[in-house]
Amino acid sequence: MRAPVILTLLLALGGLAAAADLPAPQNVVAGNAVSIPTSGSGSATLYLVGPGHVAKREVKLGEPIELKAEELRVAGRYTVLLSSGEQASFFVTPAKPGEIAFLARPSRVPTAKPGVISGVAFVFDGFRNLVLQPTAVKFELSVQGTNASQTVETKNGIAWTRMNSASKEGAAQFVASVGEVKVNRVVQQTAGEPCNLSMRVAQRTEKGIVVETAPIRDCSGNAVPDGTIVTFSLLDAKGRRTTVDSRIKKGFARAELPNDQGTLSVAAGVVMGNELQVGGGGQ
Amino acid sequence: MKGHVLAIVMFVVLVVLVAAGTVHSARFTPARTPESAVRSLFEKVKSNDLAGAYTYVSPSANVDQQTFTKDINGRDGSLRTYSKIESVETKVLRSDDNQATVRATTKWSTAVGPMFDTRDLKVAKEGSDWKVLWESEKQANLPPQVIPVNYLRWDIIRRGADEDWGAQNVESPRIRILSMNAVEKDGSVVIMGEVRNEDTVPGFVSVGATLLGKDGKTLGEETSFDKVSHTLLPSEISPYRIDFPKTKLSDVQSVRMQPASLLIPASADPVIGVLHQRLEKDASGRTVLRGELVNQSGQTVNIPHVLATYYDDAGRVIWVSDAYSDKALLPQTPVPFSVDVRDDLAANVHSYRVTVNQYSIDRVQ
Repeated sequence: MRAPVILTLLLALGGLAAAADLPAPQNVVAGNAVSIPTSGSGSATLYLVGPGHVAKREVKLGEPIELKAEELRVAGRYTVLLSSGEQASFFVTPAKPGEIAFLARPSRVPTAKPGVISGVAFVFDGFRNLVLQPTAVKFELSVQGTNASQTVETKNGIAWTRMNSASKEGAAQFVASVGEVKVNRVVQQTAGEPCNLSMRVAQRTEKGIVVETAPIRDCSGNAVPDGTIVTFSLLDAKGRRTTVDSRIKKGFARAELPNDQGTLSVAAGVVMGNELQVGGGGQ
Repeated sequence: MKGHVLAIVMFVVLVVLVAAGTVHSARFTPARTPESAVRSLFEKVKSNDLAGAYTYVSPSANVDQQTFTKDINGRDGSLRTYSKIESVETKVLRSDDNQATVRATTKWSTAVGPMFDTRDLKVAKEGSDWKVLWESEKQANLPPQVIPVNYLRWDIIRRGADEDWGAQNVESPRIRILSMNAVEKDGSVVIMGEVRNEDTVPGFVSVGATLLGKDGKTLGEETSFDKVSHTLLPSEISPYRIDFPKTKLSDVQSVRMQPASLLIPASADPVIGVLHQRLEKDASGRTVLRGELVNQSGQTVNIPHVLATYYDDAGRVIWVSDAYSDKALLPQTPVPFSVDVRDDLAANVHSYRVTVNQYSIDRVQ
């Protein structure tokens, strides 16, 4: 309880007695040790006040004060106070980039859409200090042989970009890098709406007919994801409608329909496919 | 000594009451009219006396008690197995000295609300009594077989709590409200339309709405409880309907829609076909949408739920209605369904779309 009071008093006194200053170190980089020379003789109590660390220990006046590397890990303003009244303030700057926090959005995206993928990189040093110096961050997006990249300089430790999704489906590797430091995210690029949807009668039984589509692809030739709903409709001669909401499995959709005479159609979302006349001896 | 006497008296009273109850339940009161035969049968069902109800079934119907019990109590975990008869109304449609047709409209309390079942029962005179010619619902016995399924299922692995800040997580599916229409019906404001899963992963979808009055204050907040398919597969469209009872449309300034989606594990099966959909009049002259449901997979669907969306000639959603079937969908076996259509709208219905929700007891997801 007493220590903070004394420390506060010392800081106040230090502010008033500005005459007795220690030589402040220059260009201190986070994680590096520092030596501050002192004058006089005898011993004094050292107080080190930093953004992430506070220390108190005895030092010998006339010998340099050694601040260890682990005491200076956090970037920011540090104050060194001696009970003899001397003081020094200095800034610790972040070390070289050692870590990137990379936010990539979204995790799934349709193919061939402009500006839909965003990446934000926060550049840190190895001690988790945000590197405020402008730093070049390279963003790369690659999937199935297609590759796009942009280099952006950080502002206040942050760099961001927007990129187009490629025309190829697949797990796109989205990489942010600063020198040797790289962070990888995956953006799943998925096929768009089906294109050229077509079906055929695959099988006829006594109970009904089995219809199936050709492999369903989007207009860029990517396979539409499994699970996508494909609706088969049969409008029979009596005006009755039969519908089966089938799912794409292994690339194509399949359904069983009654063996009624009528017009068979297929659709996936807003995309219509071909029509067939079925039953009554025709197809 | 006094305590012993009291105990003996209580025991005797208990025995008498049990005997009286047993005698009462086993008592058979002959039906002197066709209507009383039907009514007595269902009254016995109502009091859980299925053996007593069976005494009103004619032996010439060739229905054994076990089959009759299954007809009444349901089977295969269907909605009927979670139901209890609440009331019965009977009406003689045709009658002569020896045969009659009686329409029985039963009201059932079920897990999803009241359900009505209308059955035209044939009744025959046997001696001096009338008995019901109960027609059992024939269920086709499928031959043992293996139905191959290309199993399609989505599982989810989420990021762990100890992963770095900024590490990626899987996102909820993107959904979009395709349309919204607000009408007033029977003193309620009804918000309806369609919602689509525009993503490539399944999602649990809910649609909420907030009505705002002319002063900007909230008039009410409701969600589409069972008038929506909550689990939507990629590209699947579901209708939704949100009812605000005791609200006037003229009081509403604007509506705030709140669609929400959640990424969930799901399966693409079973596929249910909706056969022979048609609009027609039922026996009471009301417009209904009828058809048959066929479960194209090999697993039993215990409770099917039919959702119907009606469109006008401009393609606008003008009504959404639903109905549960109290029969389970066995593999490959058609089960009829019937959904009400508002008679005042029937003339405006240009097209419709039927989708099926389903609940399976054995389903993992």
